[in-house]
Amino acid sequence: MKQFSYIRAEDVAGAVAALAADPQAKLLAGGTNLVDLMKYDVMSPATVIDINRLPLKDIETLEDGSLRIGALVSNAALAYDPVIIERFPLLASAVLAGASPQLRNAATTGGNLLQRTRCYYFYDPASPCNKREPGSGCGAIGGVNRIHAILGTSASCIATHPSDMCVALAALDAVVEVEGPDGRRDISFLDFHRLPGDEPQHDNTLAPNEMVVALRLSPDHFAANHSYLKIRDRLSYAFALVSVAAAIDMKDGEIVDIRVALGGVAHKPWRDPLAEAECAGKPANEATFRQLAQRLLAGAKGQGGNDFKIPMAERTIIRALTQAASGTPQVQSEKAIR
Amino acid sequence: MFNPSKIVGVPVSRIDGPLKVSGKAPYAAEHYEPGMLHGAVVVSTIASGKIRSIDTSKAEAFPGVVKVYTHENRPSAAWWDSKWQDSVAPPGSPFRPLEKPQIQYDGQPVALVIAETYEAARDAASLVTVEYKAETPETNLLKVYPNSYEPKKKRSGIQPPPKPRGKPEEAFAGAAYRISAEYVMEGEHHNPMELFATTVFWENDKQLTVHDKTQGSQASRDYICNIFGLDPDDVVVKNAYVGGAFGQGLRPKHQLFLAVMASLDLKRSVKVEMSRQEMFALTWRPSSVQTVSLAADADGMLQSVMHHAVEATSRYEDYQETVVNWSGLAYKCDNAKLTYELAQVDMSTPGDMRAPGAATGVLALESAMDELASEIGMDPLELRVKNFIHFDQNDDKQLTSKALHSCYREGAAAFGWNQRSTAPRSMRDGHDLVGWGMATGFWEAGMAQAEAKVRYAIDGKVTVSAAATDIGTGTYTILAQLGAEAFDVPIESVHVAIADSTLPTTGVEGGSWTAASTGSAVQIAAEAVKATLLDMAQDMDASPLADATPEEVVIRDGRLVLDVNSQVGVALSDILASKQLSSVEEPGKAGPDMLQMRKFVSYTHSAVFVEVKIDEQLGVIRVTRVVSAIGAGRILNPKTARSQILGGIVMGIGMALHEEGMIDHRTGRIMNHNLAEYHVPVHADIPDLEVIFVEEHDDKASPIGVKGLGEIGIVGVASAVANAIYHATGTRFRHFPITIDKILESELKH
Amino acid sequence: MLQADAERMAIPIVITLNGRQEQLNVAPWVTLLDLLRGPMELPGTKKGCDHGQCGACTVLIDGQRVNSCLKLAVTLDGAEITTIEGLGQPGNLHPLQQAFVDHDAYQCGYCTPGQICSAAGLMSEGHAHSREEIRELMSGNLCRCGAYTNIADAIEQVMGQTSKDFKEAAE
Repeated sequence: MKQFSYIRAEDVAGAVAALAADPQAKLLAGGTNLVDLMKYDVMSPATVIDINRLPLKDIETLEDGSLRIGALVSNAALAYDPVIIERFPLLASAVLAGASPQLRNAATTGGNLLQRTRCYYFYDPASPCNKREPGSGCGAIGGVNRIHAILGTSASCIATHPSDMCVALAALDAVVEVEGPDGRRDISFLDFHRLPGDEPQHDNTLAPNEMVVALRLSPDHFAANHSYLKIRDRLSYAFALVSVAAAIDMKDGEIVDIRVALGGVAHKPWRDPLAEAECAGKPANEATFRQLAQRLLAGAKGQGGNDFKIPMAERTIIRALTQAASGTPQVQSEKAIR
Repeated sequence: MFNPSKIVGVPVSRIDGPLKVSGKAPYAAEHYEPGMLHGAVVVSTIASGKIRSIDTSKAEAFPGVVKVYTHENRPSAAWWDSKWQDSVAPPGSPFRPLEKPQIQYDGQPVALVIAETYEAARDAASLVTVEYKAETPETNLLKVYPNSYEPKKKRSGIQPPPKPRGKPEEAFAGAAYRISAEYVMEGEHHNPMELFATTVFWENDKQLTVHDKTQGSQASRDYICNIFGLDPDDVVVKNAYVGGAFGQGLRPKHQLFLAVMASLDLKRSVKVEMSRQEMFALTWRPSSVQTVSLAADADGMLQSVMHHAVEATSRYEDYQETVVNWSGLAYKCDNAKLTYELAQVDMSTPGDMRAPGAATGVLALESAMDELASEIGMDPLELRVKNFIHFDQNDDKQLTSKALHSCYREGAAAFGWNQRSTAPRSMRDGHDLVGWGMATGFWEAGMAQAEAKVRYAIDGKVTVSAAATDIGTGTYTILAQLGAEAFDVPIESVHVAIADSTLPTTGVEGGSWTAASTGSAVQIAAEAVKATLLDMAQDMDASPLADATPEEVVIRDGRLVLDVNSQVGVALSDILASKQLSSVEEPGKAGPDMLQMRKFVSYTHSAVFVEVKIDEQLGVIRVTRVVSAIGAGRILNPKTARSQILGGIVMGIGMALHEEGMIDHRTGRIMNHNLAEYHVPVHADIPDLEVIFVEEHDDKASPIGVKGLGEIGIVGVASAVANAIYHATGTRFRHFPITIDKILESELKH
Repeated sequence: MLQADAERMAIPIVITLNGRQEQLNVAPWVTLLDLLRGPMELPGTKKGCDHGQCGACTVLIDGQRVNSCLKLAVTLDGAEITTIEGLGQPGNLHPLQQAFVDHDAYQCGYCTPGQICSAAGLMSEGHAHSREEIRELMSGNLCRCGAYTNIADAIEQVMGQTSKDFKEAAE
């Protein structure tokens, strides 16, 4: 770890001001990712701004019925919140699929959005990595890449976004509220994370002087037909090889609205709204789900070690949608796949 | 020979339990002294080549840093290889930390930063910059194994394969049923939960007290005394609590050398704790390529067994373990050919990991037996029963005991094996394919030389002492049980002094020897105390025991009495008082019986039954049931014994499904060197496990009838899992671990 | 940076540690785990990976189980911290500690304090109602000795329910 100066912010304005003064500074909330990366010397900020005291720990229902989740709401508080469980069970389930209870107690909503990839080469300062050190190359291409991306990759980077929560948020079309020196703005969830292109050092579209202050979820969707299905190397406490957040609005067995977001396969939670839209009016059955899965994976490309993720993703999408359609979502403590 | 026990053989809770559960059991890094220094190690980031230059100036300038050591300024140490060879070193030139600029493996220590605080050492270590001249490493066993060789010099204590017997090739060619298969296993890493650490308390230029994470305090003491020219009487090594080791702590690690070096150089107390990443570079279970060919006649009787294994080793030492011999003694077969070779890779020397050799070799053998059973169309258990042998054909020796039939019978009954449908892919549960598999396990029941002392004090307190180690195996507790039993005192009255190099000599805690060896030494010492007490009693006036022989007397209720009549005897306190003594102490020594060993050999056995459920579409695999039936002689403590077997099963499941060091062969570096990406089983992976200890009486394996339990629990587990996967899916997976991607890719074909 | 600068950067915090108030000056780069194992001489909290991957360092912060290796001590001003030493001592063991002894829910003992603190957190969270849920919600604590089934037994016993009761409750 490199030594750093520590600033404790007392309110959002203070944090934003501190960040404006030093855009290279890093915000520290739960610490589960930033402290980890600092210990590995992957991130070495000269200044750390502690935002744990900021009043961003509430989950509130707004007048229009939408839900606003403060950036400092812990993953555990979010997953076990009665309103979340009732109205957005897909989100609760996805959060419980991630990390461990201890980490979920510490990790925050905002931090989850900003967590960095688990790519071995990113985590190893001695390896080339365009994300960690732009221009140094990508060690994972041609290397050990079993856990890497199959969609939206570039010649610079094949890393994945590791979050489970974000996969559900992508499916639910959440909105990210951010605040910077010029005030607040909203970023739609699908625009928040980005693909690597030739600037993989940028995980998202947040400006260096902005911070995430909240998430918003529009009024109820998909509380009846949803599932979060995560496939991993062991049965708990492992990052996704492939995960699927599936949600369907159905009427008489026909699809009104359908959402599929994929985790573990791309630099961001992967969705294809166009392909989803084409499902409207079709029967909620395996044939439709397979078609949708194949559409989603049309551009998928393996790197050798992770070729298996393409069929795995297709099958997981179909199963998750089947679970959603039949109203039997995966329960994260149950290890048999429903 | 054994009296009915009040406490031996009873499921006593660990005597060190209250300390462990309250955080009061201090491990190697958990000893304190004001002003002590802390070390952090910088490791190489290439696998082969040399250090061109190393810049420590920034680290040295860092606040709190005392000194930075590299190969350029390391204090001198022993010259000869023999001085660096620890008690279980394989043939070769042991690694010497910070001696030369050459890099022999990824993760090799290249600098040690010593600072006033842990954080300063850690943070300054990141400021050391190294320029390497890298060479292209070769770390892929699958590429180099055609260049394998038979190790010229054999590793002490490891039996090389026996000479071929019969006509294995001919018998194979002419047999009714034949299979031949190649099995590949990736390297595994022990990953005990405790990080390797050494705390050195510097007293003066000669005298050190060292708390080391090791499986043998005396092995660590001898190592540093040899290297630094210290007098073994001046150095005390302690290892009171060891947070798991599984073989990784058999050989001294670089942190021991570095901490002692810095302490002697700086004349200060020093603590050095490894990082998890650092531990991946050391003492791993070698990757292997094995070919097993089996043949049987029309009745399923084995006609030929051929087993060839190639294991990885480093460029500087020929690590060896017993891999193929098991195939020559497991079943009756008059034609056998067993060969074992090594191939060098640019990695650190592999080492013993739980059931070293057997875990690997039996994995291949028992997978091949399953393949043969399928080929014949015979139940896999029946094939094994049919070829049972109560003799070691490798050495032409009798077995001291082999209750394997009971393991098969009781294990199968508990599992419900007779409900198994024969055909693969024939059992289902919803989306899941269900598979049942089994395997036999073998491990040697060895004894090593061990000494102990036992003291009985006038207040009824017993002290048992030996340099033995408890790495979680329950040594504290079983030695207390033996002491309590011998003197008929409650276990609370027994003080167990172990884990200190000044105590009576024992070997390293390994090979499942400790209970048999140190336990026997304790029992022998206790017998000697009793004999001394009898001598003293017989000196007393009008002694009621005047004509008694040591065999006729026992200790009951604080008195030395006739076994047949407890009324006749003398209070122990009176005996001691008669000599004006407050206690009596005697040594005991146990070791293998060389005469008996000419005729007899001793093994533990197991039968493991496993159920897996595999989601047919997704390849998600769950181990849902395991029954392990164990024949291991006398069980001193069913509670701690069961735990050892449970641990073996869990590690075996990891071996089957999860564990592998993932190497980028372009650079020779292990990329998943952490516990997030090197997957060991977690709570959710492990179902309820059933352990059965079958009745097995053995009066030859060791004086106390114990055979040892540390390894047998893992042997066979991974093949039972693989065989269950075959039964579930109809696909043979011969490349371990059998990760989800492999299962999925094969299921795509269905 | 000079040593004096490093000292100048130490920041005062007040924490309640195992029921006792402590006023400390900590440098920002010191984790709670290293603070406990180092200056506080409370080594019951274990370092197994130092990266939130093993759970051996689990402590209770304001009643919640957390990996202490990923918490910078400086961020904990005002927090109440309970370590394994604060749960119980030999002679006066917490029911979970006693159950771990009774069920041999450990071998080497190194992961044990983390398992027990985690189990204490699990119980106060109240989300585990079956053996399966205990297993899932204890999966943040690795045990390389493989004591998992015994740990589940110990926790189940303290929860005062058998798996049969769980099933009945679920029905």
